[in-house]
Amino acid sequence: MSLTKLRKPQNDDVTAAALLAPRSQRRSVITRRGRIGWAFVAPFGVTFIALLVIPLLYAFWLSLNTNTLAKGNQFTWFHNYGQAFTDPLFLEGARFVIVFSLILIPFQMLISLITALIIDELANKVARISRLLIFIPYAVPVVIGAIMWGFLYSPSFGPMGEIFGFFGLNAPNLLSADGIFWGLVNIVTWQWVGYYMIIIFSALQGLDPSLFEAARIDGASKLQIALRIKIPLVAPALVLILVFALIGTLQFFTEPQILRSLAGGAITSGFTPNLYAFNLAFVYRDFNYASTISFALGIVVFIGSYIFLSASRKKSGL
Amino acid sequence: MTSTTPRTIPQRTRSSRPNKSHSQGAGDKRSIGRNVVLIGLSIYFLLPMWWLVVASTKSNRGLFSGTAGPLWFDQDFNLVDNFLELFSQSNGIYWQWLGNSLLYAAVGGGGATVLAVLAGYGFAKYAFRGRTVAFALLLGSVMVPVTALVLPTFVLFSAVGLNNTIWAVILPSLLTPFGVYLMRVYAQDAIPDELLDAARIDGAGEARIFFTVALPLLKPAVATVLLLSLVSTWNNYFLPLAVLSDPKLFPITVGLGQWLQLSAASGAGQQLWNLIVTGALVSIIPLIIAFISLQRYWQAGLSLGSVKS
Repeated sequence: MSLTKLRKPQNDDVTAAALLAPRSQRRSVITRRGRIGWAFVAPFGVTFIALLVIPLLYAFWLSLNTNTLAKGNQFTWFHNYGQAFTDPLFLEGARFVIVFSLILIPFQMLISLITALIIDELANKVARISRLLIFIPYAVPVVIGAIMWGFLYSPSFGPMGEIFGFFGLNAPNLLSADGIFWGLVNIVTWQWVGYYMIIIFSALQGLDPSLFEAARIDGASKLQIALRIKIPLVAPALVLILVFALIGTLQFFTEPQILRSLAGGAITSGFTPNLYAFNLAFVYRDFNYASTISFALGIVVFIGSYIFLSASRKKSGL
Repeated sequence: MTSTTPRTIPQRTRSSRPNKSHSQGAGDKRSIGRNVVLIGLSIYFLLPMWWLVVASTKSNRGLFSGTAGPLWFDQDFNLVDNFLELFSQSNGIYWQWLGNSLLYAAVGGGGATVLAVLAGYGFAKYAFRGRTVAFALLLGSVMVPVTALVLPTFVLFSAVGLNNTIWAVILPSLLTPFGVYLMRVYAQDAIPDELLDAARIDGAGEARIFFTVALPLLKPAVATVLLLSLVSTWNNYFLPLAVLSDPKLFPITVGLGQWLQLSAASGAGQQLWNLIVTGALVSIIPLIIAFISLQRYWQAGLSLGSVKS
């Protein structure tokens, strides 16, 4: 910062500062400027403390307590966490979101990367229109996306039978216990690929075309240019997407919660950790244990994405 | 690597690369293949929307046993009836939900943007004590999952009696660490220090400098943060589901979710399928129009996030 370049005192500093040596005069400008900086940040700072720091601390405190009918409220240290990590419902939900991320995210990223590369390369009318069409699901609220797909999957009035029948196949029931995994993969892919595609596409548009011209003159094919030059150069965008997708998938809630009423028994109360925490709080009224699950999940996501980001920081320049 | 990272400048226009036409040569077979891939993908992404438009013209009976199948219109065109039914069902509570969503998005998303602009500018242009620590804290909080805050917010709000009021939805929406981060990254480059210093020498106060010098330069980023926070508030489901119990306060997402639950509950459930479908269609039309007409802003804006700090 180049604050020291500026010596001119402001009006209300004049009386005091004029009498002082230049050094302390300069300092008074700096502290004044500093206070103004804080003033700009303060409104956000207050909401940050009131709505992030305090709720988290409070939830942490709740998670250290156990409330039973017999004994009332008791401080039980990390008892709840011990219970969580041996609770089959929680572990099953955690296992589900991890497996789900491992399959969904690479798939999603591959589609959005390929689409972005094609749209960037073609740059014609088809590309411009499909860019918009592919992005539109992002404008649809997740709840509505889940409702639409739930109806589309429905064996009683969805078109799945027709569509698969057209290719001579039997329609899978994506609302059954076996099919729900792929049903959810499809919904999330549909909703987010367009958004990721736009991020990658913008990064591609920001590249200097002379980089590819040189490679093309040297006889590199389009595929080689894409693989060797374009993809490495948009790596920061890819890392960003990966982190967004990971944070989003680990806290998976809305889609399974909405599909629950359509999918019968396929989605259990502990289907994902967030769904489990929600049901613990609002069905079983166990806020201590619900806070524990919520907090444990938050910590895992936070540490996971932090480690991932700092590990890839050097590589990607993010 | 760092030096070649794209720094997306907002005024970049979509067709800023003239030397692209080479790939459109006639008879390029592979380019036909790529066009077909794009068209296929577009159909997939559009299919549910098409289904929604068609289904919104059907009655409950038509939805289950239509004459032309789920992907085409029925003989019986029921759109107007569905629309009228949206007004009469539970005294038109659907429109109340839509209004609530608008209110939450406008106050929550708008307020979040104001806070983010102020804080981002403060972080970018003032060297105050504790700035580095505060910003590191902020960056860390970008990675705190939003839903991890829902239950803590709920238990805290029940302690202070805020649950089941509009503030229970609006207040948490004011928090956008990511918006502050975007704003800071943008303000850093978009507002030259020399310009601020010049304004100070001319005797302008800090507040005036912010409004007359900084804010106009921040416009593209303001539009982006506003759009992102409007969308996230409009989309919000988990938080209002947890903190609200009065149906009159529901946003559209929670309301439609409740109708779905009611209709799916076997036996005693009310059959509201046609209303869910028509209601879903009505609620996404404004957003889609907004996105298509504001294309210029979000296209430049979304890429801001992928720019390194």
